[in-house]
Formats: sequence, structure tokens, C-alpha cells
Amino acid sequence: MKFTGTEEYVATSELQMAVNAAITLQRPLLIKGEPGTGKTMLAEQLAEALGTPLIQWHIKSTTKAHQGLYEYDAVSRLRDSQLGNEGVKDISNYIKKGKLWEAFTGDKPPVLLIDEIDKADIEFPNDLLLELDKMEFFVYETQERIVAKHRPIIIITSNNEKELPDAFLRRCFFHYIDFPDKDTMQKIVDVHFPDIKKSLLAEAMDVFFDLRKVPGLKKKPSTSELVDWLKLLLADDVDPDTLRSKETAIPPLYGAMVKNEQDVELLQKLAFMSRRKG
Amino acid sequence: MLVDYFQTMREYRVPCSIREYLDLISALKNHLAFADLDDFYQISRICLVKDERHFDKFDKAFAHYFEGIDRLDEILTSAKGIPEDWMKSEFERLFSKEELEAIESQGGFDELMKKFRERLEEQEKRHRGGNKMIGTGGTSPFGADGFNPEGMRVEQGRSRHKKAIKVWEQRNYRNLDDDVELGIRNIKVALRRLRKFARQGAAEELDLDDTISSTANNAGFLDIKLVPERHNAVKVLLFFDIGGTMDPFVRICEELFSAAKTEFKHMETFYFHNCLYESVWKDNRRRSNERTQTWDILRKFTKDYKVVFIGDAMMAPYEVTHVGGSVEHWNDEPGSVWLERMKEHFSKVVWLNPVPDTQWGWSGSLNAIRDIMKDDMFPLTINGLEDAMRELSR
Repeated sequence: MKFTGTEEYVATSELQMAVNAAITLQRPLLIKGEPGTGKTMLAEQLAEALGTPLIQWHIKSTTKAHQGLYEYDAVSRLRDSQLGNEGVKDISNYIKKGKLWEAFTGDKPPVLLIDEIDKADIEFPNDLLLELDKMEFFVYETQERIVAKHRPIIIITSNNEKELPDAFLRRCFFHYIDFPDKDTMQKIVDVHFPDIKKSLLAEAMDVFFDLRKVPGLKKKPSTSELVDWLKLLLADDVDPDTLRSKETAIPPLYGAMVKNEQDVELLQKLAFMSRRKG
Repeated sequence: MLVDYFQTMREYRVPCSIREYLDLISALKNHLAFADLDDFYQISRICLVKDERHFDKFDKAFAHYFEGIDRLDEILTSAKGIPEDWMKSEFERLFSKEELEAIESQGGFDELMKKFRERLEEQEKRHRGGNKMIGTGGTSPFGADGFNPEGMRVEQGRSRHKKAIKVWEQRNYRNLDDDVELGIRNIKVALRRLRKFARQGAAEELDLDDTISSTANNAGFLDIKLVPERHNAVKVLLFFDIGGTMDPFVRICEELFSAAKTEFKHMETFYFHNCLYESVWKDNRRRSNERTQTWDILRKFTKDYKVVFIGDAMMAPYEVTHVGGSVEHWNDEPGSVWLERMKEHFSKVVWLNPVPDTQWGWSGSLNAIRDIMKDDMFPLTINGLEDAMRELSR
């Protein structure tokens, strides 16, 4: 089982190495990187490439670790007991499987995506240490031990909003997705728009990388924004010449790339200044 | 196998344990990388390094192990390669109008730059003292630690006189690196005092007592009562003084920084130089182009944020009190106005000072700031920290 990227996803050699190491040595892979560099996409594409199901666990600030294992719905059991329901005797009727349980018991080793783990509470990663290490856990209510049939391939993404504990990091492999350079970017665009006009693409890339260099932007445009922008340019059939005259104005359809009104204002100011200079 | 390699990594303080080392070995055993330095670089980084913060250290260690590349920094030599235009604009940014005029008196920028370049050419060895060469000490207009008021300061780790009129350094300190975790348990304990548990947010925890009594009131029919969950609600803004007189204290600051990082739910860090002015920055590597307006901070963060300044407050008194007093740029409003504003907006503001409190009487600027802080200035010791935290959580 070797991952080399897919038709829709360009993986650098380092990323391939990281994914293959994680698969071979059966360790969770922690992925960090600027927003929009395709962290979540990786899990989707990996599942597709390997032909296994993808189980997604999106983490929120209120998510608890045990929700990934199982949840015991005591409240509905209490209610049912008052209403004299039949199933109330069997406690397992009130145990809801979590995403990890699902991943442990699948027929094929699935890809489990734990998305944005840094959104959760500080304790969250610590509470998952044993489960990720041994790939098993214990259900106290039914006194049963759940052991993974196959070790799932676990992809964890983080946006660096919180520090992850060392003990947790030690159990993972780590890869930082760098912002793609021009060549990789070219490949990514080729994958998404195979028939884009060459000249338009070259100009657009220049504008894009220039824009990333503008100092003081609150949010720099990333790959996903570039792809959106190119979509718009194609739909509007913008002429490459319009892009080339970038000295005099802000890029057309900039709304796809710059998403912050202060940034827009900054660009307008810069454009105004360069026009005056010219 | 590869024990030396592992030791080199440890030597460069890449935080990797036996477990990571064994991972690497088993990765190699599984033929994930074989007889290819690039592959080996990638696989060992994947196995050994768990945070992009440590990439730099890893790279240095890797280079050292494989090529024995020396670890000396070459800032002075690299100055030869700096294009003139860039240097000039950098100077215009750094110096105030008056100073520019003073420089003009010595023959102007071009003259100064020419001299600087000539000296660089002339100079081959490290230089100390004297009045001509670029080096440390001395009265030449170039170099660090000198006494010439019109001098420009060339990179130097820490200043002996603790008062540099202009600092011309490559301020690429790595962002305060927080790998000093272990020596600072006690700081952590002191900071823990700040943790305050509060109930807010959506109701989602079963309130057992209330549920029982209201179920009883409800003639035995279940009536669930929920309360919001407890969580750490302390929100903190940290402001670090960086560069210039603070350099000898940067290590202490790093310790504090690394202790604080895991302690609070909401914490933001900003950097400033000497005194707070109209803008601060979040990333020390990009301090010149990514700045945050202090007004934005005042607007964005509510008054329940607790504000901690960490700085030595040692500077020329006019840096606090005068318009245009800043050593780095022209400030339209004096630093004291900005400090007052912070004090006014946020209900809890303290200043932590790494200088021992026995020496506080000697510096005018320190006392000026202490006045503004209404005596909420504490020395950076365990006791001082405890006092400061008690003040903040009051």
C-alpha cells in the first residue's frame, strides 16, 4: 500500500514519505500547516486512493474524548424506564458508538480523520493516549473490551491554535505542509484546471505570489483561495492583459483571494499609491 | 545504529526521546528510506521532530552531523552583500529627523555608507576597541557598544551599557522558543493561581441536586436540569519587551513564555520594544511588516482580559514621556499615553520586571512607568509572580 497522491491531489515527496511511514509503522500522522494547504483533503484523498472508507471526526471546542469512543444515554434510559419501555433492561441499547469505535470495528482498515484537534480542550489529546496507542478501550457499562480488528490509518490535523501535549506528540508522526512553491503550485493548478490557458495561468500566478508578498495582510491568500480565484477568472473569461496591468489596479475579482475588509482597504491604498507614482 | 546521530540531535536540543529514536530505526528497517540522504532527512524529520518550531534546530543538527558545517553566525560578513538601496531605506526608517541632520553634519548618508563599506573591506579580523574599525567598544561611528552619539550599531548580542541610542541589528531572533519547560515548574505553579473556574456557555452538564429536587416537585416525573460546564475562563494578554536593553533578560522571558503557553484558555502574545507605542507585533521575525495597531487591541479585547507586561522598563526617560521619544520610529503620542490607555481600558494590568527590585530606584524611566502602573510592578521572582497573580485574580 503506497500513497503517491491522486489525480486531484498533488502530494510532495515529503508528504508521501510521511503518509507511507504512518501506514507502514501504524502510527497516527499529525498534519499541520497554513489554513488552505489541503490538510483535510489529504485524508479524503488517501481514503480514495487506498479504496477504504473514510471516517471523519470533526472536533469542536465542546468535543470530549469519550464521545469518540461511545456515549451512554442515561437520560433516555431513565425516561424509557418511566414509560415502561421494553428495551430498558438491556443497557447496550443506550450505548451509542463513537467514531473511534466505528473505525475499530470496520471490515477494512479505514482512514480515520480527526480534524482540527486543537479546537478541543487542552485535556482532549491526553484522554486519547491509550486508545491511539493500543487501539483498544473498555466500555464500563457493558464490561466489554473493544479491540481494533485492524489498526485504522489515523490522520490528525491541527491549526496550531493550542499546544499539544508532549506525550501525545510522541505517539504521532509529524508533518508540516509547507506553502507550495511555484512548481508545486503549477502542478496543483494543472490538476484542477487541465485546460487553463497557459498565459492566463502564468499571469495569475504572478499576481497571486505578489499578493502574498504584500506586507501587513491580515490573511494571506492560500492554495484553496487561488483555486477559487482561477475558477472565477475562467468563468469570467478574463484577458491575460488585464492581469498584466497589475501595477495600476488591484487584481480583478480580488474578493476570492482577499477576505478581510481591512486587507481590501490596504490593497486599494497601495493601488492608489502606485497609480500616483505612475 | 545511529546512536551518534541521535546524540547530536539531543545536543542541539531537538526534543526527541528513545521512543522517537526507535521509531526511526524501525522506519529504516521497513525500508522507508534506503541509501538516499534526502530520503533519510525526510524520514528522520518525520520521526524525530514533532513541531515545526524545532525544524530549525533539526536542520542545524543534521547539517552538523553530516557535514560538520560550523555553527558560527556570519552576520558581519553577510553585511557586505547588502544592497545599498535597502540599507539606505532601512536607515531612513530607523533614524529620527534630528539624527538625520546630525548625520548630515558628518557628510551625510552617502558618506557614512561609503565609510562603512570601506571599513568592511579593510577589516578582516574581529575588532575590539580603537576608534576606526567596526567592532565592539571604541568610539568609531560603527559597531556596537560604542560612545559616539552618531554611531550606528552593528549586530551584537547584548549591550554592556544597557543604553544603545540606535540598534542596528538583524533582529531575527528566533521567535521566543519555549523549550525551557523543565526549569520552570515553580513559575507554572505561580501562574496556576490565575486559573479561575467559571461557569459560562451552553448548559450541558447534569445538575444532580437540582434534578432530584425538581423531579420530586414534578411528582416523580423526570425533570432534567442542566448547568453550564466549568472551564478555565481566564483570558490573558502578554506583552514582551524585546531587543535592546532586554536582551540579557530574554532567557528569563522565554521561561515565562513557555510556562504560560499551556496555562490559559485564551492567551495572546505581543511584542514591543522598550515602551508601548501605537503598534505592537506578534511575530518577531516579521516585526517590520506585520504590526498590530494598539488601538485595535483596545477595541478587540474586552476589559476582563488580564494584561501582563514583561519588560525591564530601563530606557531613556524621554522614551516614556515625550512625543518622538521612541528609539525606533517617530511616535505621535508619548509611551505614557499608551500605557495609561491600557490601564484605563483593562481592569487588571501588571508589569513584571526581571530587574531585581533592589535596583529599581536608579532608573528614571522605571519609576515613571511604575507611577503609571500605580505600583502594580513586580519583580520577576517567584514571590513577585505570586504577588502579581494575586493582584490579577483579585
